[in-house]
Amino acid sequence: MSVDISTVKRVAHLARIAVSEDDATRMTGQLNAILGFVEQLNEVNVEGVEPMTSVTPMAMKKRQDEVNDGNKAADIVANAPIHEENFFVVPKVVE
Amino acid sequence: MTDLTALTIAEARDQLKAKAITATELTGAYIKAIENANDMLNAYIVTTPEKALDMAKASDARLAAGNAGALEGIPLGIKDLFGTEGVHTQACSHILDGFKPHYESTVTANLWADGAVMLGKLNMDEFAMGSSNESSYYGPVKNPWRAKGSNADLVPGGSSGGSAAAVAARLCAGATATDTGGSIRQPAAFTGTVGIKPTYGRCSRWGIVAFASSLDQAGPIARDVRDAAILLKSMASVDAKDTTSVNIAVPDYEAAIGKPLAGLKIGIPKEYRVDGMPEEIEKLWQQGIAWLKDAGASIVDISLPHTKYALPAYYIVAPAEASSNLARYDGVRYGLRVPGRDIVDMYEKTRATGFGDEVKRRIMIGTYVLSAGYYDAYYLQAQKVRTLIKKDFEDVFHAGVDAILTPATPSAAFGIADQDLAADPVKMYLNDIFTVTVNMAGLPGIAVPAGLDEKGLPLGLQLIGRPFDEETLFQTAHVIEQAAGKFNAPKWW
Repeated sequence: MSVDISTVKRVAHLARIAVSEDDATRMTGQLNAILGFVEQLNEVNVEGVEPMTSVTPMAMKKRQDEVNDGNKAADIVANAPIHEENFFVVPKVVE
Repeated sequence: MTDLTALTIAEARDQLKAKAITATELTGAYIKAIENANDMLNAYIVTTPEKALDMAKASDARLAAGNAGALEGIPLGIKDLFGTEGVHTQACSHILDGFKPHYESTVTANLWADGAVMLGKLNMDEFAMGSSNESSYYGPVKNPWRAKGSNADLVPGGSSGGSAAAVAARLCAGATATDTGGSIRQPAAFTGTVGIKPTYGRCSRWGIVAFASSLDQAGPIARDVRDAAILLKSMASVDAKDTTSVNIAVPDYEAAIGKPLAGLKIGIPKEYRVDGMPEEIEKLWQQGIAWLKDAGASIVDISLPHTKYALPAYYIVAPAEASSNLARYDGVRYGLRVPGRDIVDMYEKTRATGFGDEVKRRIMIGTYVLSAGYYDAYYLQAQKVRTLIKKDFEDVFHAGVDAILTPATPSAAFGIADQDLAADPVKMYLNDIFTVTVNMAGLPGIAVPAGLDEKGLPLGLQLIGRPFDEETLFQTAHVIEQAAGKFNAPKWW
């Protein structure tokens, strides 16, 4: 399978990465090179094979359902580009 | 007085304990070495000399009081992927501009609890995506090694290129690193250092910037096998904050060094003999086989039939996980924000400016293979192939093989800004052909220097072990190290 420039633009929008016409053209070639490389996986007979979900055979660890952290709002917003009174500030999203 | 930076961790540990040197002197020697060399090598992106001297002073007090930790007073470099409280942590990306975490990663917290001293943060490929350290926002690292009679700059490998270069140039006693497809072992091989990627689940991933969560593992890069064993013992732990951290006690890895190899069965996989591999690599591999045989191990030919599919499967699984993990960099909670006309425009402009080309490429591939209509054809197929790759290893271990010997890389270090590699991303990816299988199967792998090529550049061998059997790797790698000797880059910087 290969991608065309309109697919590249659609994927870039899904990934929330702005691309110029030149970027999209360059990326189309590079992505097709990678997709061409991974194509060989289709040669492998995977009939009856389970997809891997965990590389180590272990049950998911669970902890007690209790509060063990918190009261650190100031720490959490400390690295935000813009914050006010422990809220992250973003451009208006409601019309 | 001899140069204190020439001491291995084991030697420095003994001298500190015997009060022959102080942690403050040792740390001072490294700070000076970094000041003299870093402008040329670019291994460190941030140095923390004041913090280092404070930590060294505290170490000296504990040494004097007789309650020294396992790494008391040992100066280390930390890959920029590890969250370090109050200190620059950006995965060498512009998108994490100015980020200073209010927490400490479990691995680094373990090191400080054992008395280690932090010298600074080390350069790396952006978000650990690369094999040459050239995708760093902070520019490439120079390999301390150069070809005989040449002044051309070579890459130190990647993604832990700063870690490997700093260890090889003696700008730290040892370094932390991480490995998703070969990012500890390939740079170790390119710089004549020892690097081990432990079993998935051995080191906690908590507080390490995520790339591909089912593959990422932390490990050390060190000057020799013993130092790597000492560092891994401190880095590894069982951690409630990482659900994939495995509940097995951490053994004393150093105790495995020096044990005879008699009775060990070493497998030689025929699939690791690839087209176009330089004859020198084949020769090195044969030499390694001979050394292990001489040391009493028995050698068996084995087959790992799905080897060639590991790299293509990796280039679906790793980008898919990366596209999800890196979705959090949106200009809202941390790092860079580029204003836009609305929130989506802000996201898109922030990510277009903040991510470099290689990272964008992988996010795009990951987004594509996970998008509606392609998930089964790409991602599900790759995860099924991954099951088969793991089964290949399980079959040979089940048949009695204790460890597997392979080359570490298909070549020695290459030049910075290699045009051939820049033009075709897949060519760069082929660097990981011998290392990536290990991540796909979650196994431990160690790279150990085994010789120099005809240009005088280091080459490494890789040993792959059973899950949580790092001890056999240290034991066997030490035999190779004893036979091959150690390799130091002639100082030009």
